[in-house]
Amino acid sequence: VKLQEFRSREILARHGVPVLDGQIATAADEARAAAELIRGPVVIKAQVLVGGRGKAGGVKLAGSPDEAAARAGEILGMAIKGVTVRTVLVAAAADIAHEFYLGLILDRGGQAITIIASADGGVEIEETARTNPAAILRLPLHPLIGLQQYEVRRVAFFLGLPAELRSAFATTLEGLYATFVASDADLAEINPLVITSDGRLVALDAKIVLDDSALFRHPELEALRDPAEEEPSEVAAREAGINFIKLDGSIGCMVNGAGLAMTTMDLVKLAGGEPANFLDIGGGAKADRVAAAFRIILDDPNVRAILVNIFGGITRGDEVARGIVEARATLTRQVPMVVRIVGTNAAKAAEILRAANLITADSLDDAAAKAVAAAGEPPA
Amino acid sequence: MSILVNRETRLLVQGVTGREGDFHSRAMLEYGTRIVAGVTPGKGGQTTLDGSVAVYDTVAEAVAATGANASCIFVPAPFAPDAMLEAADAGLTLVICITEGVPALDMLRVHHVLRAQGVRLIGPNCPGATTVGEAKVGIIPGNIHRPGPVGLVSRSGTLTYEVVQAMTDAGVGQTTCVGIGGDPIVGTSFVDVLALFNADPQTEAIVLIGEIGGDDEERAAAFCAREVRKPMAAFIAGRTAPPGRRMGHAGAIISGGAGTAESKRRALQEAGIRVADSPSQIPALLREAGVR
Repeated sequence: VKLQEFRSREILARHGVPVLDGQIATAADEARAAAELIRGPVVIKAQVLVGGRGKAGGVKLAGSPDEAAARAGEILGMAIKGVTVRTVLVAAAADIAHEFYLGLILDRGGQAITIIASADGGVEIEETARTNPAAILRLPLHPLIGLQQYEVRRVAFFLGLPAELRSAFATTLEGLYATFVASDADLAEINPLVITSDGRLVALDAKIVLDDSALFRHPELEALRDPAEEEPSEVAAREAGINFIKLDGSIGCMVNGAGLAMTTMDLVKLAGGEPANFLDIGGGAKADRVAAAFRIILDDPNVRAILVNIFGGITRGDEVARGIVEARATLTRQVPMVVRIVGTNAAKAAEILRAANLITADSLDDAAAKAVAAAGEPPA
Repeated sequence: MSILVNRETRLLVQGVTGREGDFHSRAMLEYGTRIVAGVTPGKGGQTTLDGSVAVYDTVAEAVAATGANASCIFVPAPFAPDAMLEAADAGLTLVICITEGVPALDMLRVHHVLRAQGVRLIGPNCPGATTVGEAKVGIIPGNIHRPGPVGLVSRSGTLTYEVVQAMTDAGVGQTTCVGIGGDPIVGTSFVDVLALFNADPQTEAIVLIGEIGGDDEERAAAFCAREVRKPMAAFIAGRTAPPGRRMGHAGAIISGGAGTAESKRRALQEAGIRVADSPSQIPALLREAGVR
């Protein structure tokens, strides 16, 4: 789960990271009221999870409350990369003297929480990594003892912070680390962390990505998920216990297991087609879940054929086949369906499928080729 | 020979009385795995699996009573880190955790502690390891194997079965098949398993099944170029995966342009490893590399 900027800065502020005054607004009037409270120039920022909002016109300065209302009115309702802006953050504008990048990531290679810091703030860290890797400090922290003061000092010296800001920096990095650990994050970053022209250290923008596996112990964070910004089909899939990611192609895929689901998509592409989705139905391939998966796939009007690939292993293939046939009978829209089932009783499974007019396949390559051919037909 | 598990493995199952634990323990027994004990806190003194296996309250008791030397963990995610630490503390040297959805920060700590104790952890979120004809620890279906000279290591579950089945159908048998798990932090990496296969005289060739995310495959490629002289074939899943999205496995994500299937394929190819476009090509690539 990726948190919106205003939620991220709220959590960081709670852990002692300095942020400027700000409030969210969902209407122009609210933005005016927020600007009146802040007294002084403000920045209006679209709250969307997609990148590139500045370039898209989703971040604007306002010198007065009236101007804040006007700018907020322009940004609210605007579409940024297909996402409609429903909320803006109205925050005090900062006069920036210097920008830094400061982040913590779950570092798989280093098997640690790693500090990433750079004196080139305000640009994406991946960009800096490409153009000027020497400007980045990576510092893995010990998994048992965590962030230590010598590490805080090392980052401060690397960034070249003036002596009078080192204590504020320690508070900031400690707060970022506390946020990361307390919320079970995968990523927590402040970009930019700035020194203002009047010499204060402030987090201007923040991003937190949570570890989905740890949400069970953070119900308060799970509630911060923003379904308005997710594909409706992906929300429906999550509620049905299905792993689903919508793509742009015409061949719907239903597979058990994530690695095999990716492979099935790859083979569709290799056979000359385009996958419409990633879908991992999980273990067992139970009939009700199969039915839900079919409905989610067919909600996408681009889908012209479905490829079902179930590696049963110790699951009985004939049971899976019967489940598929039953689920298919409940569907309101029909498209050609290619089904490949591996497992015990695979021959019996194929019989059941053929009797129900489903296309069967012996191998995954064969199944992908047949699905691509089936999707090439104009929809019935 | 072979690696990790064999006829000498005296297995203990944590979470043996749960639905998953019970189901897969039966399949393991059927395969011939020696399950010497089960652990479910609060059910000590009972027997399970039709009276064939004694249940203990703690791993330490089970080890003292049975001489178990390996554990397979089926407990739910919130309790799995504790189960791994308990297994290590009781002196087991091999811990295989099947459980999916363990928080990454817990795994950082567990991984660090187990490594310091010299315990080999496989997983979590993995299908386990099977040495063909000897022992199956985990959930890999027993009926897809054929004995032979090829070792297989993978980050995936059903994709592993797909490749193994393709090999078996083509008459290419296996020594040991190991699933290391699809999470960002796992106990055992590709390099760890490759080193074991490389040192195993029975394993004449190696198959690596990777996927997008992280750089474990790139590290494996560098290791192979340096150390491994056995013939190899590989497959990488996720060429069509969009960047920034988690493809089911917590670890399968392309972030900031890194961890793509192309980068991994290139690294493996540059290390002299044959890379398949489809799992079905693996047996032919192995034959090409001289595998009988």
